[in-house]
Amino acid sequence: MAQLQHRRWVKGAHFIITLSFVALLFSGYVILMSHPRLYWGQAGNDLTPALFELPISRNYHHNGWDKSMPFYHQAGSPVSAARTYDIFNQNGWGRSTHFLAAWFLVITGVVYLLAGAFTGHFWRNLLPRLKEMRPGLYWRDFKAHFRKQTPAGPGPKYGLLQKTSYVLVIFVVLPVIVLTGLTMSPAITAAHPMLLDMFFGEASARTIHFFASALLLLFVIVHVVMVVRSGFKQNITAITIGKYHERKTAD
Amino acid sequence: MKEKRLINRRKAIAAGLTTIGGLLLSSCYKKPLPPTYGNILRMGDVFTYLAQRTLLPRQRPVRQYQQSDITSFPATGNTNPADPAIKASYNKDYAQLKSNDFKDWSLIIEGLVAKPGKYTMDDLKKLGERTQITRHQCEEGWSAIAEWTGVPLAALLQNAGILHNARFVSIYGYDNYAESIDLLDALHPQTILAYNMNGSSLPLQHGAPVRLRVETQIGYKSVKYVQRIAVTDKFIDAAGDGAAGWSWYTGI
Repeated sequence: MAQLQHRRWVKGAHFIITLSFVALLFSGYVILMSHPRLYWGQAGNDLTPALFELPISRNYHHNGWDKSMPFYHQAGSPVSAARTYDIFNQNGWGRSTHFLAAWFLVITGVVYLLAGAFTGHFWRNLLPRLKEMRPGLYWRDFKAHFRKQTPAGPGPKYGLLQKTSYVLVIFVVLPVIVLTGLTMSPAITAAHPMLLDMFFGEASARTIHFFASALLLLFVIVHVVMVVRSGFKQNITAITIGKYHERKTAD
Repeated sequence: MKEKRLINRRKAIAAGLTTIGGLLLSSCYKKPLPPTYGNILRMGDVFTYLAQRTLLPRQRPVRQYQQSDITSFPATGNTNPADPAIKASYNKDYAQLKSNDFKDWSLIIEGLVAKPGKYTMDDLKKLGERTQITRHQCEEGWSAIAEWTGVPLAALLQNAGILHNARFVSIYGYDNYAESIDLLDALHPQTILAYNMNGSSLPLQHGAPVRLRVETQIGYKSVKYVQRIAVTDKFIDAAGDGAAGWSWYTGI
């Protein structure tokens, strides 16, 4: 089967997006550390119930709150309490790093999407054919991943699960993570309030943003494992500086 | 042949980076851009500011909620500038005002206005009143919904006679905290000087007697314990790019 080398714009986009992903993952984790509680709905904070909490910083269950005072006289009134605990917070550089890296991701992503659509790259190499999308074929490809990998050529043509996961990441997970990120912006939701309806509120958008980042991390781990198993050196060369050369076989 | 191409590419990359840097560092805007920082991280924040001001339709209101949506609301940051034990935020004048239940409180407005001076609480209330139930978004990651009543900052600036060369509004709090915002945010209809929270007078820990509400930005722009407002034509980073290193513009 003929192997194609990666196009130059694919390599460039892959390089920039890889770097911004690393910066986004790291800064996103630091931002999450300052408030490791997640919610569902329009709003959520330490004085409202959490969907779940993550034990990832000293802010987890810190309980450093003054006595709570109700806003209204009736029972079940929302309350306020002053925080007495000096929380972990590195959001000064954390947030700025996150948004700077996000700009690289978004601008490169838009260029990549346009190039992919107009060169036919998506249609030719990434979108699985309808007749391929059968449970039996997926199962066969899945099982094949647990056998000893023979070095597949880097670049298209891609396998069925490979194509499907690329398409899901490019057209579903990354757009969702960008849009939920924008939903946390008060200036943007003022202009485009439909974002708040799309993601069930700002606090929900933050939670979806978190799960989308977890999915991306899972994808990257599997991606790296497959890159290593199918010929690390030639794959890395192909996606960065080099052309693909047919590997000489020992026998 | 090969070497020549390599140099060309390198040149192209260098030229591209210089262009981006030049654009970010403002040659396309005649007036100096607000954030003054030279470092790389701030370039992203400047870019966000430019992009939001360029791409977003202007002066759209943020979503307003129902009474039943009001949530509990943590009080963070400075919560009592009258407490001498908390040195960073302690203010003797504030302690004195508080001891008299803020009856002697008045707001100073100065700078590029035709009538600099003082406004007592009664003066402020005559300028108009606005009530809104909005979401407070903290940079830490949490959010809370509350009802705020106050006087639109635009009404105050108009009453004081804001001059045509005004560009920024700095708001100084008694708790040694300050922030500045541009005129688009200062004149936004939902930017108010709030004296009521959830139907009662503003609690001490939320900024009594008056706090700013900038609904289009993250919570730390909403200065509590307001003492003084200064209108300027130059960009002043009133927060002084403090120890936390927070971005000046924080619409995201």
